[in-house]
Amino acid sequence: MSKVLYLAHTECDGTLHKSALETLTAAKALAEGLGGELAVGIIGADVAAAADSVAGCGAKIYGVSGPDFADARYASDLAAAEAVATACGAEIVVAPATSRFSRALPGLAVRLGGRVDTHLSGLAVADGQPVARRWFYRQRMEGTLTRSERPWVLTLDSGIAEPFAGAGSAEVEALTVDVSGVRTKVAGLECPSEDQQTIRPDARVLLVAGAGWTKKQADGAVHVDVAEETILNFLNATKSSLGSSKSLVDISGEGNAVISFLTHMHQVGQTGASPRHAKGLSTCCHGEEPHVVGWRFISERRAINTDAGCGWAQGKCDVLYVGDAFEIMKKVNEMLG
Amino acid sequence: MSEFHIVVCGSIVPDPLQTLAPVEAPTGWSLKNEMMLPAVLDPWAGHALYEAANLAKKHPGSRVWLVSLAPKAKLQQVMMAVSQKAPFELVVADGSASGFTDSHETARVLAETIKGIAGLETSKMLLFGGWQSASRGSGAVMQMVGEMLGVSEQFQGVDKLTVHDDGAIEVKERIEGGSYQNSLVDGAPAVFGWATGELPEPPNNPQIGMQNMQKNMPALMQAKPADLSGTTMKLASVAVPQQRRETRVVKDAPVDEMAREIVEWLKS
Repeated sequence: MSKVLYLAHTECDGTLHKSALETLTAAKALAEGLGGELAVGIIGADVAAAADSVAGCGAKIYGVSGPDFADARYASDLAAAEAVATACGAEIVVAPATSRFSRALPGLAVRLGGRVDTHLSGLAVADGQPVARRWFYRQRMEGTLTRSERPWVLTLDSGIAEPFAGAGSAEVEALTVDVSGVRTKVAGLECPSEDQQTIRPDARVLLVAGAGWTKKQADGAVHVDVAEETILNFLNATKSSLGSSKSLVDISGEGNAVISFLTHMHQVGQTGASPRHAKGLSTCCHGEEPHVVGWRFISERRAINTDAGCGWAQGKCDVLYVGDAFEIMKKVNEMLG
Repeated sequence: MSEFHIVVCGSIVPDPLQTLAPVEAPTGWSLKNEMMLPAVLDPWAGHALYEAANLAKKHPGSRVWLVSLAPKAKLQQVMMAVSQKAPFELVVADGSASGFTDSHETARVLAETIKGIAGLETSKMLLFGGWQSASRGSGAVMQMVGEMLGVSEQFQGVDKLTVHDDGAIEVKERIEGGSYQNSLVDGAPAVFGWATGELPEPPNNPQIGMQNMQKNMPALMQAKPADLSGTTMKLASVAVPQQRRETRVVKDAPVDEMAREIVEWLKS
């Protein structure tokens, strides 16, 4: 009988992130589909509340907790994950592809003598075997894969299942893990304030800003100050997340005018992020497939562009507004109040 | 002042502007006309290489190796350009750079290749690479190479690295929501999967290019074939999404009308 281990880590407040709860739904379905047994492992400073929040899944719960496990750190997270996987004899390990686990869990596959596949976009059972789905070449193509090596460590991207709901009172088997030899100390986090934050993974809307915002406008002049104000006003009014095309990020290295709050972390597309949002509005974007993959996972898409034939728009979005984004977005902001 | 032995893992990927299509052959999945596609150094591995060269410059006595698993003929073409960017010693494993290979096998070949580098001192080793490739995009290879080499101080999504006078290394890693995590490791050995870093692409320097290629051509010629066959991974299907949306084009409409429609959509 397959033993499926669901691994999660707590957030700063001791809870589990939505993506972790989605992964539990997928792990539970996998265990049921394989006719196997589900186990749960939780890592964090204090895992009690998180364990209670998933107690309804009916699985045995293992915990590794304490101050050493409060922060994301490769060596301590890996040691904790190894302890849980070994304790429960996991054949398949399923975990959310958070930055914390994306850092640590590939190493778990080596420690356990297994294999790893990451950033899955789907997980199912076919002919009694787990079948994983993931993207290749930066979201350009999607494949399905199987393998017989065990243990098999899998990390899942968000959005592939409904978040698990089933709180209760959990009994946690606490595991002791020695991490006294770890040479890394976490000094802290640098988080933008709520007012300054422009990357919001949980936002409903993604605004994509393209290079057109920094190009000469109809009057022959560049209006980056106006562009910045317009974009920020929209973000503040809608609490949207901001993405940018590669070209807009790259011009910072070419000595051209830049939008001051855009960094490489905003970049979506071929060498950037592929965020998941319910709606996406692209403005002043141009370019073909490599950039457009940046909104592969945006459900409803609209675009504003002066070029009706723009590759970002035709066939890629639901509605294209052919016009000046400066004028249209200014009016949008006025209407949003 | 610390002296580092910096090993950069980096391979080649198709130029991002190319149209990519998967094809299935008896040997497995590959890209259509893969050997004909123009290739570039994997972007995040490129950032790792430039950061490595910069760090080595600041720390006299340091050395930089670029370890690459790639078809050597294709790699040679890419190296003609990359060699002009920064000084490094090339170490080649001649094998597939495909995104469809098993990340574990890629890691194993890289780890074995690194173990064979003459003069590499593990106690001084900083293992660099991209935090993800633009081919497989697993974000898993560097961690596995590190584990296989016994290095368990690891960082991913690195944008900045500062070496203190006592040899401790301050690291800035990307995490969710545009935030960073800052950490301090007491020194080498350690693994760093780079994101974009902070350096622009260096300008071409033909003199460095000549020096590099004199050293590195023999490495290309002598590259040993890499065996990536130790996997049971089977790709049942690979496909480019064909979904094409019916785009409604709103043209010649007043700005107010377009804005109103957008606002209604945003609020719905």
